[in-house]
Amino acid sequence: MGVLVRSYLILYNVAQCLGWTWLLTRLAPECTRLWAEGSTAPFTGQLYAAIELPLKVFQTAAVLEIVHALVGLVRSNPLLTAFQVFSRVFVTWAVVHSVPEAQTCPGLPCLLWAWVITEIIRYAYYAGNLLGWTPYAVVWLRYTLFIGLYPLGVTGELWCSYVSLARIQRQGLYTVSLPNAWNVTFNYYVVLILIMFSYIPIFPQLYLHMFRQRKKVLYGGATLKKE
Amino acid sequence: MRHLEIVNAKSERHICMVKGLSQDSTIKDVKKAIGAQKQKYADINRQEIRLEARGKFVKDEDTLGKLGVQNQASLYFKDRGLQIGWTTVFLTEYAGPLIVYLWIYTRPWLFYGDGASSKPYASAVNIAMGAWSFHYLKRLLETMFVHRFSNATMPIMNIFKNSAYYWGFAAYVAYHINHPLYTPPSQNQVIGGLVAFVINEIGNLGVHIALRNLRPPGTKVRKIPLPTGNPFTLLFNCVSCPNYTYEIGAWVSFTIMTQCLPAGLFCLAGAYQMTMWALGKHRNYKKEFPNYPKRKAIIPFVL
Repeated sequence: MGVLVRSYLILYNVAQCLGWTWLLTRLAPECTRLWAEGSTAPFTGQLYAAIELPLKVFQTAAVLEIVHALVGLVRSNPLLTAFQVFSRVFVTWAVVHSVPEAQTCPGLPCLLWAWVITEIIRYAYYAGNLLGWTPYAVVWLRYTLFIGLYPLGVTGELWCSYVSLARIQRQGLYTVSLPNAWNVTFNYYVVLILIMFSYIPIFPQLYLHMFRQRKKVLYGGATLKKE
Repeated sequence: MRHLEIVNAKSERHICMVKGLSQDSTIKDVKKAIGAQKQKYADINRQEIRLEARGKFVKDEDTLGKLGVQNQASLYFKDRGLQIGWTTVFLTEYAGPLIVYLWIYTRPWLFYGDGASSKPYASAVNIAMGAWSFHYLKRLLETMFVHRFSNATMPIMNIFKNSAYYWGFAAYVAYHINHPLYTPPSQNQVIGGLVAFVINEIGNLGVHIALRNLRPPGTKVRKIPLPTGNPFTLLFNCVSCPNYTYEIGAWVSFTIMTQCLPAGLFCLAGAYQMTMWALGKHRNYKKEFPNYPKRKAIIPFVL
């Protein structure tokens, strides 16, 4: 890896790590405050207002990871990366940004906590690898916390999507109907339902994949010895 | 005399012993011997034999002598799963789009509600129906009378995967073109698209016939495909798989003719798949024939 590429990747991962930490510094106090007040309030949109900007900026920036994989800066599979990034960017913009009901849904804090913790550790792990020093704690957290955080995130994503359906259908949000010059129709309501169902086959695969990775990374040495 | 042990390539577990072979025995004989012992693998098409656990498979026609398989050696076995004939798969996957499209052309109540069928049909809609039907009728006939397949079978899951793809896209495209609110493009665009479509279909058929004549009946012979007397096959001078080039051309023409974005998406998905196939075939040709002429895989001068 060239010096320029390496510097760029270090910069990118450090920036992302800091960005998500910034989000955490807004998420945590807001959640504690709302909790202390006994307010029903993630649920009145204050939570979303507090984290909207960093969420949009840093989640959207993750699109760069698809580019990194595509042009070969990193060795990840472009398709898998695209899939993971796309699903998050989709929820950020097409669900949470677009539908007020999603912004006041208890699913929002679920997905935010899951994303924030996962991302801070993930980017710290990448940055550490590039710098040549990753504390074992970071490795362990990266390959352990997902056990709880991944289902939590998926719950939040599906919850927010579910509460958005009614408005999407009522208002015909992002829906294209005939007649139009390109003779195309698009029904976001149906597409969102299909996307929600697609979690059923996909989630177990990705989840189990992470468990295999966990075994390989954390206990890889042990299996080697056995053989 | 050669006795061989057959071992599962993945688990390295013993499957069976094959006895009484000579150095002139072929891999096909080995497979038959395995099939005779193991009822599950009686269809030798589902068997794959390798010299090494993670190696490439060896061909049915190769002999043990030629492959250098010694007495007492182990051969690695992979189960390709339940198999189904190519012809069955092709007929199923192509009959679907024909039936689905023609059904949606009648504007059934299910998709468009009551009274849609009595609304007027633009001539572009009728032409598109004709072009679509022609294409799939041609494919069905080619499967029955033209194609000679080198592999007799494929895994059974393919019939579900392929049918879902073809049937699904047929419904998606047909829904839009046959919609009572469909907007046809200008007459010139329709005619221009139709002419280009027909030319590409003829080219595609010509290449399929040339490929058929390359392979004597009942054999798996592979030769370098070259232009024949048919001028449409001159494209072989530029690419390895002109049948795909023409096929993509036909769908681009169909898209222009109907000015329908879903047709364009169908074209894009097909083009991607055909490009992958063409790159693979091109690579195989180059590997198999040292004197393979300089040409691209699918898009002249580009790819």
